[in-house]
Amino acid sequence: MWIDLAITMVKIIFILTITVGFFAPVLTWVERKQSAIMQDRIGANRADIMGFTALGLFHIMADGLKMFTKEDFIPEGANRALHTLSPIIALIPAILTFAVVPFGGVYELWGTQVNLVISDLNVGLLFVFAIASLATYGYVVAGWSSNNNWSLLGSMRTASQMISYEVTMGLTIIGVLMVYGSMRLTDIGAAQETGFWGFILQPFGFLMFFAASIAENKRIPFDAPEAESELVAGYFTEYSGLKFGMFFMAEFIEMVTIGAILTILFFGAWHLPFLTTADLLSMFDFLGDSFANLIVMFIHVGVFFGKVTFFIFVQMVIRWTLPRFRYDQIMKLGWKMLLPLSLLNVVGTGLVILALN
Amino acid sequence: MLESYTGAAILFLIATGIAVGMVVATSLLGPKREFADKMEPFECGESQLVSPYQRFSVKFYLVAVLFILFDIEVVFLFPWAILYKKLGLFGFIEMMVFLIILGVGLMYVWIRGGLDWE
Repeated sequence: MWIDLAITMVKIIFILTITVGFFAPVLTWVERKQSAIMQDRIGANRADIMGFTALGLFHIMADGLKMFTKEDFIPEGANRALHTLSPIIALIPAILTFAVVPFGGVYELWGTQVNLVISDLNVGLLFVFAIASLATYGYVVAGWSSNNNWSLLGSMRTASQMISYEVTMGLTIIGVLMVYGSMRLTDIGAAQETGFWGFILQPFGFLMFFAASIAENKRIPFDAPEAESELVAGYFTEYSGLKFGMFFMAEFIEMVTIGAILTILFFGAWHLPFLTTADLLSMFDFLGDSFANLIVMFIHVGVFFGKVTFFIFVQMVIRWTLPRFRYDQIMKLGWKMLLPLSLLNVVGTGLVILALN
Repeated sequence: MLESYTGAAILFLIATGIAVGMVVATSLLGPKREFADKMEPFECGESQLVSPYQRFSVKFYLVAVLFILFDIEVVFLFPWAILYKKLGLFGFIEMMVFLIILGVGLMYVWIRGGLDWE
């Protein structure tokens, strides 16, 4: 009982450190530096400690300090309570979806079974979608409560874009569920240890899910809700200080979530290709059972976050390569292209499974 | 059964703590200097000409209604997809009837211009 709780707390602290503490701040720097490299600029390089710049990594600290000490501005005529509440509503779901994301398998350490997921729910995938879609409220309330025309337009766009692509996301997932026969993310991950990886079984599902999830996160080429050349900054025009930063944190953490879900569903989760857990364990057999398990655990966690980092990199490349779609094009892509295609994907997957059985 | 949610509940409490703590910290740490011109909502240097709280395009409502329709259909597909391999041919034909009805609905909305955004 107590040991289980202690293990859960360690996993929670690890997840919080890696998302809120590592990925969210570092991605602000990566976004600036990667765009600079892609556009042949130098990028962030000015913040220094005693002349030492560390490739501009100190900009993270400078940005953090700046956000904490900026004035918390609430415009005249805004709904003060909701204006304060909305960044909270936007940030909580972003962190909470990680409760069901497995970042490793099950390991036997000194007589204790350690399952590297905070909550191993049988409805895991449904939990991710249910919680992630709650963030829509945060964005809508942010725009509505600001008493600003740009904000309201941005939040209306956000709402209809996010709910449109949610339908597509739900339908593309159906194919994955048919293949694996489970909604538990640990089961889906474990099934790819010996079987084919998800992107071979569901290639169209993978592409459509990737497109829909970028649209869901409102990043370029789907960033009409916060289009800076049309709507200033969209729904967070009237936000300043750390409240503004919280919307950005939510966006960056969601990028990590997208990377994690893509890895688990389509890219073999924490497994290395052609190397099962048993193979790895026998490789470190000479260390004794528990130590071998420990090393395999570190390898798996490293592999998992390596894959996640790769998908974040792909998202960044897309962000700095493509121009923004017009809003009617975004809606057209969602309803007239991805929705019928994902329905066809369900039918096609059904036919193939039926033929193979 | 509910025990498996313990971790998620703890994470929810911590996430709430982080989010609330950030909002409290930024409102305490920042300076506060308020004067009339500064407090106006931002509108590219203009005074606010019209209030944002007016009627706006019906298309957004239409998308919301369509979302509710199609998302509920997706929810029906979830349990079927989990059990698909056990249901076999019966399950496939059964769900094809459902999907055809759904497809007819989609075609209807499409032809009536419900998905156009001009």
